[in-house]
Amino acid sequence: MTANEIAYNGKVEGDVIVTKADAVINWIRKHSVWPMPMGLACCAIELMAAAASRYDISRFGMEVMRFSPRQSDCMIVAGTVTYKMAEVVRRIYDQMGDPKWVVAMGACASTGGMYRSYAVMQGVDTIVPVDVYVSGCPPRPEALLDAMIKLQDKIGDESSVKNLKGSKEIELAS
Amino acid sequence: MIDQVFTDALLDRFDSSSFRHHEDCLTLDCNPSSIKDLLTHLRDEETFDLLVDLTAIDHGTNTENRFSVVIHLYSRIHRDYLRIHSPCSDNDSPEFPSLSELFPAANWHEREAFDMFGITFTEHPNLKRILMWDSYPHFPLRKDFPLAGIETPLPADDVAEVTQANVDPAPMMGGPFVSSGDGMMSESEPRAKDESWTEQAEKPK
Amino acid sequence: MSTKTVELNIGDVGAKGADASAKVDSEKMALNVGPSHPTTHGVLRLMMDLDGDLITSCEPVLGYLHRGDEKIAENMTYNQFVPYTDRLDYLSPLANNVAYAIAVEKIAGIDLPERCEAIRVLVCEMARVSSHLLGMGVFGMDAGAWTPFMYTFTEREKLYTLFEELTGARFTTSYTRIGGVARDIPDGWLDRVTHFCDNLPKAIDEVEKLVTRNRIFIDRTEGIGEVSKEDAIAFGFTGPNLRASGVDLDLRKDKPYSGYEKYDFDVPIGTRGDCYDRYLVRIEEVRQSLRIIKQVIANFPDGLWYAEDARKIFAPPKDKILSSMEELIQNFMIVTEGPQIPEGEVYFEAENPKGALGFYVVSKGGGVPYRLKIRAPSFCNLSILEHMVPGHMLSDITVILGSLDFVMGECDR
Repeated sequence: MTANEIAYNGKVEGDVIVTKADAVINWIRKHSVWPMPMGLACCAIELMAAAASRYDISRFGMEVMRFSPRQSDCMIVAGTVTYKMAEVVRRIYDQMGDPKWVVAMGACASTGGMYRSYAVMQGVDTIVPVDVYVSGCPPRPEALLDAMIKLQDKIGDESSVKNLKGSKEIELAS
Repeated sequence: MIDQVFTDALLDRFDSSSFRHHEDCLTLDCNPSSIKDLLTHLRDEETFDLLVDLTAIDHGTNTENRFSVVIHLYSRIHRDYLRIHSPCSDNDSPEFPSLSELFPAANWHEREAFDMFGITFTEHPNLKRILMWDSYPHFPLRKDFPLAGIETPLPADDVAEVTQANVDPAPMMGGPFVSSGDGMMSESEPRAKDESWTEQAEKPK
Repeated sequence: MSTKTVELNIGDVGAKGADASAKVDSEKMALNVGPSHPTTHGVLRLMMDLDGDLITSCEPVLGYLHRGDEKIAENMTYNQFVPYTDRLDYLSPLANNVAYAIAVEKIAGIDLPERCEAIRVLVCEMARVSSHLLGMGVFGMDAGAWTPFMYTFTEREKLYTLFEELTGARFTTSYTRIGGVARDIPDGWLDRVTHFCDNLPKAIDEVEKLVTRNRIFIDRTEGIGEVSKEDAIAFGFTGPNLRASGVDLDLRKDKPYSGYEKYDFDVPIGTRGDCYDRYLVRIEEVRQSLRIIKQVIANFPDGLWYAEDARKIFAPPKDKILSSMEELIQNFMIVTEGPQIPEGEVYFEAENPKGALGFYVVSKGGGVPYRLKIRAPSFCNLSILEHMVPGHMLSDITVILGSLDFVMGECDR
C-alpha cells in the first residue's frame, strides 16, 4: 500500500478516512476522465467502437464523450492532423479547462503515420503536449483502453496542484 | 451504343475534336475554345448528362502543352463513359474555360484542379482553394513540387506564435524507395527519391 | 351558479408576432459549425448565415483531412498504394481496395479467375453492409436516438471479427493486390459468414422497429433536404443518394464488374429524395446485399485466388518462391519495381456504399502510376449543400448531413 492510494478499514478508522489530498483528488480525477474525442479520421471509428458495447469504455467512467472542450478532461486526438486542421486542434486544446491531458491515438496522430506528405503534420505533439501515445493503424479498441489505463496511472502519480494557475509546483515528500 | 457510327457522326460535327483511342471508353481530344459547344451538344442531345469527373494532368516541365484537363461524362442511356482531353493555354499560368454553368458538378472539381495545379478557370463563380488553406502559396500536384512539401508558415499566426510550429517538409528519411525501372537491373534497384532528408540532419552530399 | 361568457377579440398572436418581426430589421448571424463538431461525420466546416433559425446561406469548407493521397500515389508502386485506398472511405475499406485493384487490372488487361471474383464480390457486399449499418446507426444518433447506434455497432463487431479472420485487420484491411487478393479464404469462414447473414435480418428488424415508423424520426426527416432528380444529376450525385432521388443508376447492374451479372438482386429507388427516402434506400440495400452474399456462398467456385498468368504483376505463392529460382526472381522484380503495368489510361468506377468511387489511372509503363485521380463520391455529394441547405432550419443540419452519409477521408483524400 503506497502513500498515493486510499485504504479504508471501517472497523479501525470508523466513518472518517484520513489520507493525503493528492490521493483523493487523483483518485477522483482518474476514475472519471471525460474524453473529448477529436475524431478526425479512421481512428475515430475505433474510438466509437471502444465506446460501443463490446469494448465498453464506460467501465472506466469514460463514456461521457463530451464534444464541448469546456466540459472535458482528456483530448483523444484520433486521426491524421493536417496543417489546415492544426489551428483548430490547438484552439480546442486551449479551451479545455485544467487539468487536461492529451492522448495521441494512432500512428498519424503520434508521428504522422504513413502520410509523409506536404499536408500532414508529422505528429500532433508539435502543437499540443501529449501524455500517452498509442501505436497502431488503427489501434485496436483494447489498445486504446490500455492507453487510458496508463493515463489513469499517470494521473495517479501526478501532483494534483500541477497546472493550477498561479500556484507553485509543490514537491511531494515521497 | 457508342460505336464507330456514333464516333464518326460526332467528329464530323465538331471538327476541332479528334479521336484519341477507344480502349476502355471513347476518348477524344478537343480544343478548349470549342469544349463548351461539344459538351453542350453531348449533354443535351447525346444524353451525357452526368459529369463524373473533371481533373488535370501535368505532363512535365519540358513538354509543349504542360497541363491538360480531362473530363469524364457518363450516359445512362448508352451506359458508357466518354473521356475528353483538352490542353490548357499557357504553361506558366494555365487557363481553361469553366464548365460550371453547364454542369454544376464541375464547380468543386474545378476548384480542386485550381488548388492542385494552378489552372485558372475563367468565369468560375467562386475560384478559391478547396483542399489546401487559402493562403497556401504552392500548387502541390505539379511535377516540380516535392512530395515532402516546401516550408511555409502555418496558416494561423497566433497558433504558430504559441507553439513555434511551421509547415515543415515531411521527413522522408530518403524514402519512398521506388525503382526507376529502366536500365540494367543493378542500377534500377530501389533508390531513395530524395525529396527531403530528415528532421534534424541535412542531406549528406 | 351562473356563468357569463364574454367573447374577447385578441387577434392572432402569431400573426402579430410575425408582423412585429417584419418591421424589425433583423441582422443575419454568421454561425460556424466548425470542423470539430458533434455530428460524427468527420471534419467538415459549414459557414452559415442565419436569419433567426432559418439558414440563408451555407458554404462548406473542406480540406481539413487532405493528406495528399494523389501525390503519394505518384511515388508508390501499385501494390504499395493499397493501404492508402483503405483509408479513403474508412467505413468500407474492402470495397475501396477492390475498386482500385480492378481499375489497375483493366490497364493490364488481366482476366481474373472466378474464385477471385467471387471473393471480391463477397467482401464488397460485406463492406456495404458494414458501411450502411454504421451510416444508419449514426444517422439515428444525429436525430437523437442512441439505441440504434449501439445495436448496429454490435452487428458491425461481428463483421469485424469475420474481416479479421480473413485479412488480419478489423478494418483497414489492404486485402486486394493487383492481379488477385492477398490470401485465400480460411476454412469454415463461409459457414461463419452464412451464420452472420442468418442472424442479421433480426437485428435490422429491431433497428427498423425503433426508427422507421417512429413519429419523431419521421417528423425530423420527411420533407427535409429534398433533392430533385434534375439537381441530383446536375450536381454529380451517385449511389444511394442518387437512387433516393428517383434515378435508376446502379453500376452493379448498368456496368457490372467482377461477376455481378451472375447474381440476382433488386435496387431500391426512392421517390422524393428527402432524408427519409435516403434512409429507407440504405436499409433496403442492406437486405439486398445479404441476398447477394447468400447467392455468392451458394455457388462459390473453386480455383485460384489470383491470376496465374499475370507473371509480371502478381507474385506467386510463398512456397513456390522459397523453392524455385524463377519464382524467386519474379517475386523480387514485383516487390522492388512494382507490378509492371503497360502504358495506357483507364477510368473505372465501382459501386461503393457511398456512391461511385472512381479511379482514373494514367500509366506510362513501369511500376509507379504517372497520375492517379480518385473520384470520391462524398466530394461530389457534398457539393449540393450550398444549393440545398438554404431554407432549412438550423436543427435540420445534423439530419441532412447524416442522411447524405459522407466520409471526409475520401472527400478530402
